Amino acid sequence: MRKFKEFIIEKLILFCGLASILFVVLIFLFLLKEGLAVLKTVSPFGFLSGKSWYPISDPPQLGILPLILGSLMVTAGAALISIPIGVACAVYIAEVAPAKTKEILKAGIELLAAIPSVVLGFIGMVTLVPLIKNLFHLPTGLTALSGSIMLAFMAMPTIVSIAEDALYSVPKSYKEGAFALGATHWETIWRVMLPAASSGILAAVMLGIGRVIGETMAVMMITGNAAVIPNSILVPVRTLTATIAAEMGEAVVGSEHFFALFAVGIVLFIISFFINVTADLFLHKRQS
Amino acid sequence: MKRPHRTQKIAFLFLFLATLLIIVPVGLIVVVIIWKGLPAINWQFLSDIPRQGMRAGGIFPAIIGTIYLVTGAIVFALPIGLLSAIYLSEYSNDNLLTRLIKLSIVNLAGVPSVVYGLFGLALFVVFFKFGASILSGSLTLGIMILPIIITASREALESVPYSFREVSLSLGASKWQTIRHIVLPNAIPGILTGTILGLGRAAGETAPILFTVAAFYLPQLPKSIFDQAMALPYHLYVISTQVPNVDEKIRYGTAFVLLTLVLFMNLVAIIIRYKFRKKKKW
Repeated sequence: MRKFKEFIIEKLILFCGLASILFVVLIFLFLLKEGLAVLKTVSPFGFLSGKSWYPISDPPQLGILPLILGSLMVTAGAALISIPIGVACAVYIAEVAPAKTKEILKAGIELLAAIPSVVLGFIGMVTLVPLIKNLFHLPTGLTALSGSIMLAFMAMPTIVSIAEDALYSVPKSYKEGAFALGATHWETIWRVMLPAASSGILAAVMLGIGRVIGETMAVMMITGNAAVIPNSILVPVRTLTATIAAEMGEAVVGSEHFFALFAVGIVLFIISFFINVTADLFLHKRQS
Repeated sequence: MKRPHRTQKIAFLFLFLATLLIIVPVGLIVVVIIWKGLPAINWQFLSDIPRQGMRAGGIFPAIIGTIYLVTGAIVFALPIGLLSAIYLSEYSNDNLLTRLIKLSIVNLAGVPSVVYGLFGLALFVVFFKFGASILSGSLTLGIMILPIIITASREALESVPYSFREVSLSLGASKWQTIRHIVLPNAIPGILTGTILGLGRAAGETAPILFTVAAFYLPQLPKSIFDQAMALPYHLYVISTQVPNVDEKIRYGTAFVLLTLVLFMNLVAIIIRYKFRKKKKW
């Protein structure tokens, strides 16, 4: 009887172990199920490279190029801000800061990671948006730049904590060797630690960017949501994520608009899948 | 001989400034929300329904809605996550299947939150016909926090020394008895920490509940798990972007309640982790 009970429990454990695979497959299948129906209206190439997104006009125009460019612009801006600052902060925490300061800084980074994105979006709306508007004398402060700055903050906790881990896992002997040869602490960091930790830092950067591309609420609240091809960083843009979040509420289940939003979801899922798998490869390269 | 040291001083200064660029805004954000949000908090704000098109009254239904959703998510995700962690730490071999499971967990953690929303809509709301309901929203949030719970529980289980298991097995206990009576009790603080972090994440997310449960405005509380509900993060989104002329006090007050809730959970998790580290006997 006890053997039977344990047999059942162990099968249950195996089943739950497989649950993660099941959910990833389910997510992909259900996105495909609803999203592929869009191909009845528009070709895959037309969908990805179409310049106009008017999903409720008749006939609907379903080109997501403006949305892709919007996402790219906001993400590039956020990456430019968050990568140097994030990596520098990771180096400071891992190598320079005294032990007590280190604990406080790490708590601060964890705090930032814990703040819900809708709260950051709200804060961005009431502080950053008016600031950008007045600084550049714009008709509206809801621009790609505001989105980039706010998203940079959301990427930083990811970049800092993973880059810091990568720096910690550099063998102590590397550092001691450099010191023994008469290098200063900074020379050791710059010439030995950073190159040795480079694949982990690369993974940190990729995961940070993945976080930015997938971020929804803050970006929807502060980038202005205009689905046009952006010509500068100081105009409103609309990202892939914000389009889904803003329009799904009004899309009729089973309409072309509904299918098109799921197809946007497929694009996002594939981007995040690619980023995560590559980052994981970099992290494993470091371990072996 | 002097120049390398000067370079080092300048470099360290820049590293320090970069760190300040992150830490100072974080501090400011928290201080501003407390400063402007705290005056809005009173018993009426916490216990009344929203009135006058959400421009007055309180946020009680949103608080309750969030509590229901978070509870539902954890009821679903904790058992599956814990058993999954037990599989990875106690049963799995280093083979292709294990590698696939780990890759899936990494991917689940990286899927954009709005894509979880789409998935919840397609599977729970439309396919299973649960409708926009607490059940659909909880299940969606549950799948979203699964990777957090699995990763934290697995680390906790794996940090229990191998010798504990060997002693138990050598005394004639079966594998499951060893896990149940020796490994699990020693891993509970770590599992708890992961669970609470998952709770905090579920409480703060908006995108997954947009199309699966969230109601714009509901004057009464949900009666069953098949009802729609209001939720704090969605409510903050609504009153900051969808409803014009909401008193700033109400917006900051809502942000304050949400932030306090999430940070409180994180604080509890940090305290548990810290206490456990001090008590650890091995």
